[in-house]
Order: sequence, then structure tokens, then C-alpha cells
Amino acid sequence: MTATIEIRTAPHIRGPRTVERIMRQVVLSLAPICAFFVYQYGLSAAASLLAVTLACLGTERLFARTGSQSGDISDWSATITGILLALSLPPGFPLWMGAVAGFVAVALGKALFGGIGFNVFNPALVGRAFVQAAFPVSIAAYTPSFLPGRFTEFIPSSLAWPLMMPADNAAWLHAMHLDALAGATPLAKWKFDGVLAGAGELLTSLSGHMAVGPSPLLILVCGAYLALRRYLDWRIPAAILGSAGLTAWILFGFDAVRYPNPFFMLFSGGLILGAVYMATDMATSPVTPRGMWVYGALIGLLTVVIRYYSGLPEGVMYAILIGNAATPLIERITQPTPFGVGEARKARRAGTYPLHPSYISREEAGASAPKKRIFRNKPKRTP
Amino acid sequence: MRLLSYFRGEAFQRGIHPPSCKLTAATPIRRMPFAPRLTVPLSQHIGKPPRPIVQVGQEVVRGQPIARTDDWLSVPHHAPATGVVEAIDLRPSARGPWTQSIVIRVHPGATQEDLWGEPRDLSGATPQDILQAVWDTGMVGLGGAAFPSHAKLSVPKQAKVHTLVVNGCECEPYLTCDHRVMVEEADPLIVGIRYAMRATGAVRTIVGVEDNKPDAVAAIQAAIDRARGTTTEGDIFVEAVPTKYPQGSEKMLIMALFGVEVPSGGLPVQLGMVVNNVGTLAALGRLLPSGRGLTERVVTVTGPGVARPGDYRMPLGTPLSFVLEYAGAPADSRQVILGGPMMGQSAATLDVPITKGVSGVLVFKGDDLAHREGLRTFPCIKCGECVESCPMGLNPSQLGMLAAKREYETMGGQYHLGDCFECGCCTYVCPSNIPLVQQFRIAKQVLRERAV
Repeated sequence: MTATIEIRTAPHIRGPRTVERIMRQVVLSLAPICAFFVYQYGLSAAASLLAVTLACLGTERLFARTGSQSGDISDWSATITGILLALSLPPGFPLWMGAVAGFVAVALGKALFGGIGFNVFNPALVGRAFVQAAFPVSIAAYTPSFLPGRFTEFIPSSLAWPLMMPADNAAWLHAMHLDALAGATPLAKWKFDGVLAGAGELLTSLSGHMAVGPSPLLILVCGAYLALRRYLDWRIPAAILGSAGLTAWILFGFDAVRYPNPFFMLFSGGLILGAVYMATDMATSPVTPRGMWVYGALIGLLTVVIRYYSGLPEGVMYAILIGNAATPLIERITQPTPFGVGEARKARRAGTYPLHPSYISREEAGASAPKKRIFRNKPKRTP
Repeated sequence: MRLLSYFRGEAFQRGIHPPSCKLTAATPIRRMPFAPRLTVPLSQHIGKPPRPIVQVGQEVVRGQPIARTDDWLSVPHHAPATGVVEAIDLRPSARGPWTQSIVIRVHPGATQEDLWGEPRDLSGATPQDILQAVWDTGMVGLGGAAFPSHAKLSVPKQAKVHTLVVNGCECEPYLTCDHRVMVEEADPLIVGIRYAMRATGAVRTIVGVEDNKPDAVAAIQAAIDRARGTTTEGDIFVEAVPTKYPQGSEKMLIMALFGVEVPSGGLPVQLGMVVNNVGTLAALGRLLPSGRGLTERVVTVTGPGVARPGDYRMPLGTPLSFVLEYAGAPADSRQVILGGPMMGQSAATLDVPITKGVSGVLVFKGDDLAHREGLRTFPCIKCGECVESCPMGLNPSQLGMLAAKREYETMGGQYHLGDCFECGCCTYVCPSNIPLVQQFRIAKQVLRERAV
């Protein structure tokens, strides 16, 4: 053999997983959710998804060109940002505002920090937080789902000219014999009118003309697929939902009239979408397993607190952003315990063999592995 | 999901499951003929090199000692073939630098039978005698670390050993040399275990074998049954442990068998255990009664495209070029690795000889590397895969980011870099294609240099 050989350092083989593959899988799992969203709201939802995602991709392309950030549109991360942002906005959100949200999400949320992996906050939520501040009226204007004719006409507010205020949807709804209350989200109805939706109908989003996002059940199924294939960490959604549910349940037990039941808390608003897809954004959540539980618990608690005690009906977005900000701190205090440090001698699992053969006397075995004594001065029992 | 590994009752936490690719598991061990010239480097183990005791032009017989030492952490070498010492000078070594080596021109037609050494009776030998006999064979750990075996088997005065753990995991993909040795040389293995137990004073022995080698478990169990009743020196057990990389690390194996963690920075002897490789003990079982030295070892030659892959019993000092020629390595080979694919070393030149610590020769072609080379490198996206795979429970993600900033002191002081044994799991799983373990090696080297 005379071929030239090359030198590399070990390991010489590599696992199949790549960043592109992870991101592609997430986009794939979002596809059924997008389809359901379009089925709920028709043309406007499709246009909104498209406009926001294209804005994100265009911005990513622009900043990748300048060479100041890592990654580009081929790694699919901007696509995820766009889809999640569009899913978190009302379907009738004016398209130009959606495009602004997409631009801000990628420009301020990601490119400014240096691109994929360097962002501190979830880009989609940065975009949403910006439009929440900039266009508070439009972002609160939900429309009922499953309207007749949703596949042939846009929701009027969608088609506002750039930099123009959108048309009011009330007249349009009135023409369809629906009152203005029909356009309020279940959370807003509960907060401002005291009307409570049932957990079952919230879970499927299918009954009536509810102004809600895609079905939480569908999101949970898609999230479970990702978690089983290990493309997202199951600990974060479990911690968020567990902590939010627990907090809501305690408060519900404390005062059942003032606080809604925990199932309403879990399945209304964007909690499920946030817990499964937004809080699990890899770059902005802790890497340490214990840190994930702390992070999730913090988000769940903050969500319920913001929903109950602030002027806003929805708190998932701010809870996750605060969780993102706390991530470096959480990581610092939850570093994993290395093998053989701390409770080193304690058996984690019953071993196949006893550590000491039974026919070695205790004293002799103690010569190599001393037993910890709680009471130092306790007299030794002599057999 | 990690939950599944919990239900499967896996031995240690985390770790990875690379494709095993054990192409040669069913092929019996074959002998490799002598190359025209054999190169025996003086330094092929951990510790000081011995000094040559032969002259250029001297005739040597296979098995005759050619290098000797009085240094405890060093071993003698034996002539791997009958022939003439052609040169004693610098030759390329696998580690990179050229090292002092003895080159033997093999007599054409020389037999591979060992001609040196006299059979001896060690039945009444004291532990000290056995250690001396082990030292005289020139044995080092054949698993890859090449630590002198007599030093490993000698128990410090203040410690007491009750258990001998025999490591037959062979968790590296592709390698099958230990597997074949366990199947074909189970009886010498039991003999070697008896000697090791007497040398260390252990009262029981547990052979840990990964459960993807049921035939090896069966062969050893049969050998134990055959040997039962011949001596009364305590029990030997064979135990299947879950297949998982890096199960073959001694700390992981002890975790699997006993459910305890060896303290960080400590040795198994603190828990009263000595760990040895199956290949080492099987070789000792053959060499000690006959009083011979280590002149050959079993090496797996494999890789995609190798025409005659298999486990070969080859004389120490056989040049890589001869090995690859004999096994039929493809003409478009691009990388030759000494050892397994996870921790093995790339050979820089084919003039490098097979030494005592080489367990495999792995050949990769262009297609095998093309996939890896096409991968893009991203910044760390903090997916946590490395944290979930590090068997030592470190945080490679954090360590990698610190390494990029060259904060080596922080890595060593706060993030337990010293516990990393460079298994490569983190680099294997990293979706961002970051060379994590490579950076850790540099960091450890820098820290070692700064400490001096």
C-alpha cells in the first residue's frame, strides 16, 4: 500500500446528529401545528405564517452576508423562529407588523448577539415582545376561529397598508352576527369578564368559535415526538407544566372562586406552545439536567403569577424571557456532580456483586474502604 | 431517552452507543508471518525505556531478552524473531518522535516457535516471586494503556486487595482481539487469573464482559467449570455487563459490577480492587509456566474495505506497511489508526511498528471520511448532548467554551477537567461538530506544563 495517509485526532467516528438535522426535525414537527392553525383561521393565518417566516429568513440572510454572525438560513434556525413567532401572534395581525416582528426577532434577538448559539433570549419572543410594546392594540385583537368563508377572504386587519393602522374587525364580525366578545381569548375573557372556558374544549381548540391558537393537544403530541427522538429535552416542558399546574392548583385550593382551576391555566393561552417549543430553545435554556428543572419551575411559577397578579392576561412570554435571562445564573449553581465526587462511595444502584466478599472480616475490609461513622465516639460493638 | 436506559438498568449513567461494527468477531485468530525486518522500540510502555543488551551484528533467538532494566516502572524486551541485530538507532514511533529501537533482520525460514525459556513450577511461589516472574516476561497492559503489569499487580503496603476485576469489555467499536482471546484462550486466561490472584492476594475474581459477546461469556464459564476443584484459591465469576461505550474504562466497569464510584482522582485499589485486561492475563497464563517472554500479541486488523480483516497473532515490531499489505488494505486508504476509532491514534507513517500496547489497526477509506469532512462547524448551541453523554459527569459544553477562551485554570480548578479521561463521547455526539475532547487534551497538556 503506497497511498498517503492523513493524521487526525481521536475520536475518528462521529454520531449522526448535526445542528441542521435537529433544526429540520423541529420544523418538521411544527408542520402539523401550522396546518391546524391554517385550518382554524384560513387565508390570514397562512399569509401571516408566510410573511413572518420570510421576514426572518430575509433578515438572517442579510446579516449572514455581512459576515458578522455564525450560521445562515441553511441551518433552519431562522425558519423555526419565524414559524414560532407567527404561531404566537394573532392570526389577523397586520402582515406588515408581522414582518417588523420577524425582522426585530432575528436582528435584535439573534444577529446582534452573534448568530446561532450566542443569543441570550429566544429570538421569537424578542420579536413578540417588541410588537407587544409597539402595537398593543393589534396584538390583543384576536378573531374567532372556524369562521365561514375563512379560506376565501382575509381577516380585514391582516391587509393593512404598511405603517397604517389596521381596520377594526368589529364591524366585520358584526356582519357575521358575532359579537365583539367572540374575538377575546379565553384568558382575556376570564381576566376581564370572569367567563371560564372548559378544559376539554381548550385542549382540542375545536369547539365553537374560540379565539385560541392551535390545539394544545396537537402541540403536546408533536412535542412528545421530538422528546422521544431526543430533539428536545422532556425535562423543561415537564417542569414548566408541573410547576404552573402546581401553583395554580394550590391557589385554586386556597380560593376556588377567585382563581380558576389548574386545567384552565395549563391549556389556555400560549403556555403549552411556550413550554414545548419556546422555553426548550437550546441556546437559551440551561444545559445541566438539574438546571433544566430549576429553569422550568421558574417559568411555570412566573407564568401563573403574571397571569393572576399583573394587568396582562398572558404571562408566558415574559416568564420565558426572564427564565432566559436567569439561565447563566442557573447553570452556574447547578453544575453536574462529577463521577466519584461528593457521594462517591454511595452505591447508585444495587451492584451485581457486594463490594466486599462476605468472608472478609469487617475490620479488614475497613482497612481499604473506611466506613463513615455518624457518631464518632460511639463505642464499637464487639461480636 | 435516558429514561429508557434507566429501565434497562444500565450500569453507569450517560455514555453512548456507537455502531459496533465488529466485523471480525467470528473469525478465528490467525498467525501473521514474519516481516523481513522487525523494529522493537525500547520505549513502548509507560515508564522509562530499558537499555539494550545486544550488539549490532549479534545473532538473537526468538524469545531471548534483548533489553533489560532495573527500574521498577519499566519492562525488559525479548527478541520477537530469530535473526541478526541489524541496527540500534532512532526509528519513527507511533507517538510521533523517533525513538531508540532495535532492528532485527529475520532469518528466512525462522520458526515462530518460542525457543528461549525453560518451563518452571510456580506452584509454591510467593507473591513476590510471581511479580518478579511477571516482570521478567516484559508484560504490559495489552488493553492499550501499556502500563507495566507487575507494577499494576503489586499492592501498596498500606492497602489490601480482595477482588481482582478482569476487564473483557472491549467497548471500542471494530476491535475484537479481546473477544477472540476470551473465546479461544479461556483456559490460559483462568491460569493467568490464578497467578494474578496469588500475586495480589485477592480472594475472588470477576470477569466483566459486555453482553454483546455471549460466546465469550460461555467460553469463560466453561473454562471456570473445567478448572473447578484443581485449586482452592477462591472463586472466579464471569459477568455480562451492559454494552455501552466506555464500559471498558475501569471506573465504569467497577460501577457496573459493584455499583460504587471510584473516588475522583483515586485508584481502584482504594476500594480493594485491581483491574486487569483479559488479553494480559491470558498471555500471562501462557508465558509464566513456560518461562518465556512476550514476543507476540493479538491485533485486530479491520476497517471498511480491508480484504482480509481479522485478528492476527503478530510478532511485536512488525511494521504497519507489512501488516496492511498482508491483510489487503485498500489502495485508497486515507487513514490508519492504531487502536479503536474512539481513542486510537492516527499513524503518521507506515514505518511505525506494532508495539505491546497496540490492540487494533483500523483503516479508513476516502468515503468513510467524506461524511465527516462535509460537516459544518457551528458555535455551541447548548443542546446538552455532551452533558448527557459524559460518563464522568462533567460539563463538556462549559469546558469547551472555556477552552475557546483559553481559561485553562478555570477548567481545571472549577470544572474538574482532571477527571476527563478523553473517551471522546462529547465529540462523538456534538451536533455542532466542535472538537471538544481535542481541546481538552490541549488544556490538560498546558496545565501539566504549567504545573511543572
